[in-house]
Amino acid sequence: MIDRTVLKERFVKWVLVAFALSSLLFLFLIFIFILAEGLPLFLKVGLNKIIFGMKWAPTKGHFGIFPMIISSFLVTIGALVIGAPLGLSCAIYLSEYAGKRTRMLLKPAIELLAGIPSVVFGFLGVIYIVPLVRNYLGGSGFSLISTCLVLGVMILPTIISISFDALVSVPRTYREGSAAMGATKWQTIYKVIIPSAKSGILASFILGMGRAIGETMAVIMIAGNALKIPTSILDPLRTLTGNIALELAYATGDHRLGLFSTGVVLMVIIMILNYIANFGIKRKIAK
Amino acid sequence: MNFRHWVILLPLIAALLSCSGASGDKPGKKHTITIAGSTSVMPFTEKLAEHFMVDHKNFVIDVQGGGSTAGIQAVINNTVQIGMSSRQLKDDEKRLNTITICYDGIAVVVHPDNPVGEMDLDRIRQIFSGHISNWRQLGWVDRRIDAVSREEGSGTRGAFEGLVMKDKEIDDGTMVQDSNGSVKEVVATDPYAIGYISMGLVDKKVKPIAIAGVKPSIKTIKSGRYKLVRPFLYVTNGELDPRSRRFVDYVLSKEGQKILRNEGLVGFYD
Repeated sequence: MIDRTVLKERFVKWVLVAFALSSLLFLFLIFIFILAEGLPLFLKVGLNKIIFGMKWAPTKGHFGIFPMIISSFLVTIGALVIGAPLGLSCAIYLSEYAGKRTRMLLKPAIELLAGIPSVVFGFLGVIYIVPLVRNYLGGSGFSLISTCLVLGVMILPTIISISFDALVSVPRTYREGSAAMGATKWQTIYKVIIPSAKSGILASFILGMGRAIGETMAVIMIAGNALKIPTSILDPLRTLTGNIALELAYATGDHRLGLFSTGVVLMVIIMILNYIANFGIKRKIAK
Repeated sequence: MNFRHWVILLPLIAALLSCSGASGDKPGKKHTITIAGSTSVMPFTEKLAEHFMVDHKNFVIDVQGGGSTAGIQAVINNTVQIGMSSRQLKDDEKRLNTITICYDGIAVVVHPDNPVGEMDLDRIRQIFSGHISNWRQLGWVDRRIDAVSREEGSGTRGAFEGLVMKDKEIDDGTMVQDSNGSVKEVVATDPYAIGYISMGLVDKKVKPIAIAGVKPSIKTIKSGRYKLVRPFLYVTNGELDPRSRRFVDYVLSKEGQKILRNEGLVGFYD
């Protein structure tokens, strides 16, 4: 009898292990497939010509994605410029000022914001933000600034929830000590709490960047997708993700491989960002 | 045949097998025709297939996208009976049979409030190649022209490049949208935009430009005066089997052509 129970326990354990490992397997498979499809073109055309090439015309043999790499970073930094102050302020309010009831109202609302599909953000951007930019700032409205505004809002939930966790986890004794020294509430926040939650806040910014750089649907709808490096905030631009989604439907042969190469570059960028967020910064929190 | 081809073909083969599997339930009763290719032709083929299957209950017509090139490849490899193409065949594809099912005009469109109503092909070429970038150069306000194009690989873009751009390239600063519908939406909302779309989609929201004095319409295309026209083709490898032939005959019949005409395309009986 005991044997059977033990066997059953063991069986359950191994099934769970198998399931747990399967998610790792998926990651591994995605990795292998993207590399298998994307790397041949790097060998054929050359790493330099793809990463630093200025011209993207895959049906004519040009596979340069440098303008898109720059555009992806511009969009991400722009989104951060808008999203970081907003998100951090919200997190500070939630952790330091808000009463229990306000917090109970705001927290789910922010989680809801995270759940809104990106196509809805894109749609709202096209209907409201693009015409606003066109009428008051000029240009076609499909521009860097419109994209940054929408992405800035989209990364808010990430920034708020992770910064909030970092701020809340600052020990009570820090606050009490600061108050005992005669510091006001804002002085405490500014001089004590934010510095001690710094690594968590930075991690939230970097994860927000990861979200912004990976966003596709909303960006295609708003960015205008022109192939040039934008020279002003009113110029249209194309990101790496946008390039893949835009052209996949018709791509064959080398064109298709070119899109996979775009994917490889994107994957490397996102891996670096995640690495920084997870190991470079979070480890410091643990200490 | 290398790995890359298989990645494209396997889903097609799988789809084909699953279809023949379904028809295998009642042997000898259902006949499956698989059609794949251009996404510009696909919606019209789907519509024709729906109408055809109402009257021909023993036929199952499976219509898939993938783009003109993928469709032609699938025909060459015999994974589909009929390929759809919205561009002419290239030299190495010339050994296939083509059946022109109808013609589609490409309309160059602007916002209805735009007073510019006529251009010649040279002008349009200069706009899309970035040599003319301000509406003032065309006798309107001092405002940048927001040109909108389609993405690389699109059949409409391919046709536009062949008919209008010729040896010139579309400027990198040109905006890009990924469907006829999105291009139309941009032009309909941005007063300073110019784009090109399939003629069937032109309505009151956008204004078609008269090219050298000729507005795009079924009439001007038929008479050959409007030049931005591309054929919609069915591509087959050798002679079609008699039963697939029945579908093609239906498409070319008065009834089929009427359906295409109602969709804004130019058929043979107009």
